Amino acid sequence: MVWDFIQNELLGMRWLKAIIYGFVNLCGLDTESRIGGTVAFLFLDLTKISILLCFLIFLISFIQTFFLPEKSRRIMGRFGGLGARVIGALLGTVTPFCSCSSIPIFMGFTAAGLPLGVTFSFLISSPMVDLGSLVLLMSIFGWKVAALYVLFGLVIAVLGGTVIEHLHMEDQIAEFIRNTMAADLPEIEVTFKDRVRSAWSQVVSTYRRLIPYILVGVLIGALIHNWIPEVWVTSVLGTRNPFGVILATVCGVPMYADIFGCIPISEALLAKGALLGVVLSFMMAVTTLSFPSLVMLAKAVKPKLLCVFVAICTLGIITVGYLFNHLQGLII
Amino acid sequence: MEIRSVKILGREGCRNCSGMHRNAQEILKERNIDAECIHVTDLQQIMAFGVMSLPGLVINDKVVSYGKILSKEDIRKYLGA
Repeated sequence: MVWDFIQNELLGMRWLKAIIYGFVNLCGLDTESRIGGTVAFLFLDLTKISILLCFLIFLISFIQTFFLPEKSRRIMGRFGGLGARVIGALLGTVTPFCSCSSIPIFMGFTAAGLPLGVTFSFLISSPMVDLGSLVLLMSIFGWKVAALYVLFGLVIAVLGGTVIEHLHMEDQIAEFIRNTMAADLPEIEVTFKDRVRSAWSQVVSTYRRLIPYILVGVLIGALIHNWIPEVWVTSVLGTRNPFGVILATVCGVPMYADIFGCIPISEALLAKGALLGVVLSFMMAVTTLSFPSLVMLAKAVKPKLLCVFVAICTLGIITVGYLFNHLQGLII
Repeated sequence: MEIRSVKILGREGCRNCSGMHRNAQEILKERNIDAECIHVTDLQQIMAFGVMSLPGLVINDKVVSYGKILSKEDIRKYLGA
């Protein structure tokens, strides 16, 4: 009962849907019609994602003030072997990360003597699975999908790190990084007020940065939702195409977008009969690998390691996609 | 505390980092402190301080803040003014 309320009203925001659809109807646009439906979808998703985004970023940034990379590095250094990679993947989910900071983080971790596998477990899980995606997925696809998404993401990160560790590719790290010395940094006292202030400034800067992606995402979502014939979607991304997951992953890899921009597109595709695994593998591919982040990483590692990294992520995402396709009946 | 050097660890061309550098320079000038004030963008040098989250503030070669954009008032506090 209580859980249903949280799922439908708090996270799913059904009340908002009722208000917005009611309002659009009041304005004389029929929400069952194409134009009315497009307008309603646009407003609903834009409002819903904005509310979730601001609330989430605040909460997440607050939690993240406890896990700056400097501290995560120290925690990871205490573990060894597989355990370290699991910890790396888990810390990746809570440590603030953006692809532009992957180089300093990569340098800092390597220079501190962390094994390559641990660093990569962290680098894979950090963009793929974060607290924001967890709550957003819960809101739109339900908690089972969200929990499995996180679980599978962590598994890819740990496996990826393990493979890279066993390939012994330490010589594949750029010279300038291997020659770097890192100092350990004593923790700096942070007050509760500092944390709140820093979380709030994150909300403002992130929302400003993301709004174009969200707008584009919502716009595409609205178009798919109301204008693209269902049969197109099902034949390319649904049960009729066994290669849907591969197609979605390959399309998603070079794209650079935020998970908040992907959600409305995924939501609309799913409603039109795309398979769950196809939609989720697209989302994972977009967030984990992107052209700009690979260009960045190419400065830090040699081509061989870069290719291994891309291959592992792509294969992992495709596998998870097919797993989700098979589980779809059970979890939504 | 005698201030001998102030360093802002930041990214090349980052507006927030250069802003912090400018603010620090202004504060030093206001108070007539003759200390070097450098914007460090070389990652190897930044790593040597142990910092990965930018921007960072280093006073007399000691890291006092990192991963936080500081306002002019914040920097003033760190500089003990």
